[in-house]
Amino acid sequence: MGYPDDRKYTKEHEWITADGTVGITHYAQDSLGDIVFVELPKVGTEIRAKKPFGTIESVKAVSDLNAPASGTVTAVNEELTTDPEKVNKDAHSAWMLKIKIKDPAEMNSLLSAADYEKFVSEEKH
Amino acid sequence: MSAAEVTTPLVRKTALNAVHRQMGAKMVEFSDWEMPVEYPASIGGGIVSEHMAVRNAVGIFDVSHMGDIRLAGREALAAVQHISMNDASRLAIGQAQYSALLYTNGTFVDDVIVHRLGEEEYLLVINAGTREKDFNWVRDNTRNFDCQIEHLSDEFTQIAIQGPKAVELLQKLTDADLKAVKFYWVTRGTVCGLNKVLMGRTGYTAEDGFEIYIPSDEKTSARVWYKILDAGKEFGVVPCGLGSRNTLRLEGKLPLYGHEISDTINVWEAGLDRFCKLEKPDFIGRSALDKARAGGLKKTLVGLEMVGRGIARDGYKVLDGGGNTIGYVTSGSPAPFLKKNIALAYVPPEHAPVGSSVNVEIRGQAVQAQVIPTPFYKRPKKS
Repeated sequence: MGYPDDRKYTKEHEWITADGTVGITHYAQDSLGDIVFVELPKVGTEIRAKKPFGTIESVKAVSDLNAPASGTVTAVNEELTTDPEKVNKDAHSAWMLKIKIKDPAEMNSLLSAADYEKFVSEEKH
Repeated sequence: MSAAEVTTPLVRKTALNAVHRQMGAKMVEFSDWEMPVEYPASIGGGIVSEHMAVRNAVGIFDVSHMGDIRLAGREALAAVQHISMNDASRLAIGQAQYSALLYTNGTFVDDVIVHRLGEEEYLLVINAGTREKDFNWVRDNTRNFDCQIEHLSDEFTQIAIQGPKAVELLQKLTDADLKAVKFYWVTRGTVCGLNKVLMGRTGYTAEDGFEIYIPSDEKTSARVWYKILDAGKEFGVVPCGLGSRNTLRLEGKLPLYGHEISDTINVWEAGLDRFCKLEKPDFIGRSALDKARAGGLKKTLVGLEMVGRGIARDGYKVLDGGGNTIGYVTSGSPAPFLKKNIALAYVPPEHAPVGSSVNVEIRGQAVQAQVIPTPFYKRPKKS
């Protein structure tokens, strides 16, 4: 699985583009299994880097969604409320939030696609 | 095997562990066992797909982590009667029954399937997480009986073949006439060239099917596993992990030790009355159960369907309309076949009638749920 290099990644398996679109990675959806529930914040909510902004549930488990960067939510992908399995089908296009990034410098500490791919290949062992 | 104290090793693996890894299964630790939770989508896996395969066709499970205790001898029946709540004297040779081992206070040591294999021979199939506890408890409580107790858990690889096509699939691999074996009966026959393999028409999925007991060496186990998958191709067989095993048993309201039953829950609370025979000769736990029944129930197991948006999970609180905690969820999950979010929960009897409205606390929010009839799923009668 290729990780697109138009975005940055966290070790908690979220991705974020330069314009503030946020989602979870292919590796994350694969580890979770069949995704059945996504709970996202409302537009206008302030989210903080590394803090939970929502919840994702597979058949088996409940997990937090953590913010890759701080900012204000400007859009929420409501489609995922009715069709959460879209995250399984294509995690890198099934975005969750768009945020107005508060401090672009925060992005510097995130992983590149190549570094993330290396990171998850090591996690698998 | 001696009757010395048995202790638990750290992480245990079944003889099929390498096979699961080779097939790309996601492995998890369950009751000290490293077990497959689900197989990859590329081979038909994933909890939902595996669940649906069992409901609509057939799936196979490695359940070798289950334990086995054999009791044999002149007083084997009396011993089984003393330690279990169902009436084993009703069993014909080749018949099995659901039962439970109880503490003197009427709570659960474990639930078991008692198989009568011979005139004076019984096999108890017990849970993985309670293997050693069960064996030690059975040994300690049958000392006064003239019968031998053997811990056979490591002798068998146990494979469950479950679903409406399970019988047809297994029939391709055995000379035994499986159609003649009724639900909760066993037979023996040749399977994949192995002689006298024990096959029980039992399972934990609320579907028809068999559980077979073969020698636990890795080579034999792998050979039989792949043979079953190969023979099952025409039926769409899927290997299944513990994830779908749990959702399947939950839809069928089959109890799981540590959840619906435990050493703090008694038989009446768990609603297992019909497997508890007070009229049979005395057994451990009986007098406490007599008293408990006279005293009335404080909590009872009910089935819930989520009405509001949210999934009840194990351990979540059940609240009344005023926000007071009245009970707790023992098992909760999306139900892949029924396509709704269901749960089993203990609540006081006044909240138990079908149609009662309660709330489940999900991440601090009260989400509405309703008591609905159980089992949530019943397999259709064969035409």
